[in-house]
Amino acid sequence: MLNQNSTLKKITSHKLFMPILCLCVVLLVNILWTPNFFKITIKNGVLYGYIIDIINRASELVILAIGMTLVTASSGGQDISVGAVMAVAAAVCCQILSGGATSTNSFQNPLILAVLAALIVSVICGAFNGVLVAKLHIQPMVATLILFTAGRGIAQLITNGQITYVRVGVYKAIGSHIGSCPIPTPIFFAIITVIIAYLVLNKTALGLYVESVGVNGSASRLVGLNSTKIKFLTYVICGLLAGIAGIVNSGRIYSADANNIGLNLEMDAILAVALGGNLLSGGKFSLIGSVIGAYTIQALTTTLLAMKVPSDQLPVYKAIVVIIIVILQSPVFRKYMTARKKKKLQNKTTTTKAVKNKEMIEGEQV
Amino acid sequence: MMSASVVKQRKSLNSSTFLLVVTIALFAAMYIAGMIIFSEKGFANPQMFLNLFISNAGLIVIGCGMTLVMITGGIDISVGSVTALVCMSAAYAMEKKGMNAYTAVLISLAIGIGFGLVQGYLVAFLDIQPFIVSLAGMFFGRGMTSIISTDMISIKNTTFLGWANFRIYMPFGTYNRRGIYQAAYIYPTVIIALLVVLILAIVLKYTKFGRSLYAIGGNQQSALMMGLNVRRTKMEAYVLDGFLAGLGGFLFCLNSCAGFVEQAKGLEMDAIAAAVIGGTLLSGGVGTVVGTLFGVLITGTITSLITTQGTLSSWWVRITLSALLCFFIVLQAIIASAKKKGQAAS
Repeated sequence: MLNQNSTLKKITSHKLFMPILCLCVVLLVNILWTPNFFKITIKNGVLYGYIIDIINRASELVILAIGMTLVTASSGGQDISVGAVMAVAAAVCCQILSGGATSTNSFQNPLILAVLAALIVSVICGAFNGVLVAKLHIQPMVATLILFTAGRGIAQLITNGQITYVRVGVYKAIGSHIGSCPIPTPIFFAIITVIIAYLVLNKTALGLYVESVGVNGSASRLVGLNSTKIKFLTYVICGLLAGIAGIVNSGRIYSADANNIGLNLEMDAILAVALGGNLLSGGKFSLIGSVIGAYTIQALTTTLLAMKVPSDQLPVYKAIVVIIIVILQSPVFRKYMTARKKKKLQNKTTTTKAVKNKEMIEGEQV
Repeated sequence: MMSASVVKQRKSLNSSTFLLVVTIALFAAMYIAGMIIFSEKGFANPQMFLNLFISNAGLIVIGCGMTLVMITGGIDISVGSVTALVCMSAAYAMEKKGMNAYTAVLISLAIGIGFGLVQGYLVAFLDIQPFIVSLAGMFFGRGMTSIISTDMISIKNTTFLGWANFRIYMPFGTYNRRGIYQAAYIYPTVIIALLVVLILAIVLKYTKFGRSLYAIGGNQQSALMMGLNVRRTKMEAYVLDGFLAGLGGFLFCLNSCAGFVEQAKGLEMDAIAAAVIGGTLLSGGVGTVVGTLFGVLITGTITSLITTQGTLSSWWVRITLSALLCFFIVLQAIIASAKKKGQAAS
């Protein structure tokens, strides 16, 4: 009995328990709502179904969530410019591929050149944020606010205010599927990014450094870590990942739409980090938690859309979820809960004492 | 020792007034440059100057609210969607539900205060980061706007249009090309906006509430030790900010006479930019509403310079504004670090 209790406690106190529970709750609701939820069929040579749709559509969010997790862990703030950086990367990529025209049926420049240029631009965006946050000590959200607004303007500047279409099979493949492979390509991008990030953070000391800087920047400087450099690096990585997400998203619609690529995705990425059980004030982080969080959000979005909620009303529900999560995470609420637990425990001990006393008195009487 | 502390005090005073002086000088320089470059396009016309106030009356009020929360060290990025929600609700109430214009005013203010109460509670009493709270508020407001209506509702209520088109003529004016005298005019919204600035400037400078705001923004711990009720004051600041967002939203509505989902998109950015350009420190403790007024005038001047120029596209407004914001944020960071170094040296 006691053993069972302790294993249960072990499971519930695991840091991934809440994120997985959230995902399960969303999936459970779906099973009750849509009977054919887990049905997977093959349509036009591609896997098709709700589950596949969720995993596929969440790819960009997963990639963004990794970057956002690192930024949050190292600086205790969030990068709200990721959506805009996605738009910029997509604009650069498509504009180079089309050679400046608004629509093209063949690559004007090699694909690898366009992708590299887009990634370099997104790294520069990340570095810009990084300098403001790490070097000039500006609050992360305010520093990234600059690119948050300027980004879409810059993307429009690059595409001359138009939507640039790249109607080439290879480019479309980035967002749909390669040849006869039945699994959508974005899923591969997400998996590869997660694996690389996981290996880099767990097989090298970088993950430890990021946590250390996030917990106490000046203390880790005294230990000999260059906290400025590590913070800067996380913003650069975040920018790079936003660039990759931008290219994937642009491959999906084989165009660069400056106004709509990555719109409101920064909110989802922050939400993914929070849902993953990470503190938004920095410090220890769980990469896998954020990835699960990202899938949960996409599951939630797909569910709401399946329930015929119009897409422009989605933010209301997401905002409510965010507020509930941050309230649950807030130090005041946690203190309240531990105080309650203590009180409960105290009550329990006093009642057991009372019962014992009563028994003793009764025993004496007998 | 004495002299050192005196010097230090003067230096810190200088840095905050320095930012205000930079702002006013920048505005004057930009406007005069505009007058010289676009003189034949009517930039020198006094009406053009008054138009800056007319088209930005709502933003001035919203920017003042933003300044209050920024002085406490917080931020509110929900104001743009609160404005959209206010416009949509007012339009919906008057056009679809047949309510009168006075009820629409009350609804607008109630929406603003509601946002202020909820966000203030979460920030002040649950210690949640203001940015996250207002980010959620921003998405909530925008989503609610589209729940009310996804179509544009234009306002045709006669009382409302009467307010919106009531011109107050100025004692000065210009002669147009045909030689007919045209008196310059403003709308009542301008007077409301300037009154808000005046009242808040007095409140910030001469009341206990105003001084408490600066104390909290300067150092929350010492404000607490001084015996200030930090949570309550913060809450009041957010409620006042919400009220001003509601009022500003209504002034915005008087200007546009319509409600639609995409309305006031990015307004929160304009309000923050105005406050920052006006010398309000993002880290709290420093800022004036007069500075914010000039910040709004600068953002307004950029917009009208770019629209008067005619060939530049609209996205240049965003890019220039962000560049200017970047410049001021970096300037503030440099001043802050110089101050820190100065303190360490003394």
